[in-house]
Amino acid sequence: MLLRRLYEWPARNMTSAFEELESMKRQMDLLTQGLTRGLLREPTSGVFPLVNVTEDKNNYYIRAELPGLKADDIDISVTVDTLSISGEKRLPVEEENARYHRSEREGGKFSRIISLPSPVNTGKVEAGSADGILTVVLPKAEEAKPKQISVKVS
Amino acid sequence: MANIESKALQAKEKEEVTSHAEQTKSGVVFTPAVDIFETDKEITLLADMPGVTSKALNIDLHENTLTLDGDVNSPERDDELEVMREYRTGKYYRQFTLSQVIDQSKIDAVLKDGVLRLRLPKVEAATPRKITVKS
Repeated sequence: MLLRRLYEWPARNMTSAFEELESMKRQMDLLTQGLTRGLLREPTSGVFPLVNVTEDKNNYYIRAELPGLKADDIDISVTVDTLSISGEKRLPVEEENARYHRSEREGGKFSRIISLPSPVNTGKVEAGSADGILTVVLPKAEEAKPKQISVKVS
Repeated sequence: MANIESKALQAKEKEEVTSHAEQTKSGVVFTPAVDIFETDKEITLLADMPGVTSKALNIDLHENTLTLDGDVNSPERDDELEVMREYRTGKYYRQFTLSQVIDQSKIDAVLKDGVLRLRLPKVEAATPRKITVKS
């Protein structure tokens, strides 16, 4: 038992007491971050664009904010259980001698695949873009729609 | 020949306005990302405000303070159930202080695909003149 204790301490090859303290501090920071940031933030995949998925009885609705992108700039393809959104957000080239005060907007390529909760009818998927918001309507496949089952009185 | 590829676009959460006069309508308020640049003739402001239509956008200029206020309607209908929500919907609000050099009568605003392009022409006297140095 004495031998086992010697092996476990100091923790993980740390040579000085300060290293151990530093490591503990880092772990505490991670823990508190996880508690506060995790609660306040919505979980995301971290891939552009961020999407909201909603559903009703017949369809799935997937929306994404893509300011500055016209319908032609966005490539959408769908399989039975995934939706793929890709394209490039181009920032228009401004005059050569423009001097910038602020540059907060970003441009670049993006490509994202979203898994769908249940199969969709790929032939009837519609997508539209208005005011920089892309909306994709995916009708659920017949098998995936909820069916009412009547309970018979025996 | 160098082939510059566009870098991949990173997903960023929208900036929420922290200090702001209380709204009459409840809801979250975001700060739109803007690019501001100037040339000799004018200052241009580009703001990303997806979901804002021209009718819902208020641009106010009052004593050199420029206010952008864009209202956004929640696109989801009432009977839609949430499956996954990665971003919130809310109005956009941002204020800027303009310098005196703007000719306020000639300001031009275009809202297209959720991007506002605001052109603020400079007053004639403020366009830089080159001064030749005589020897």
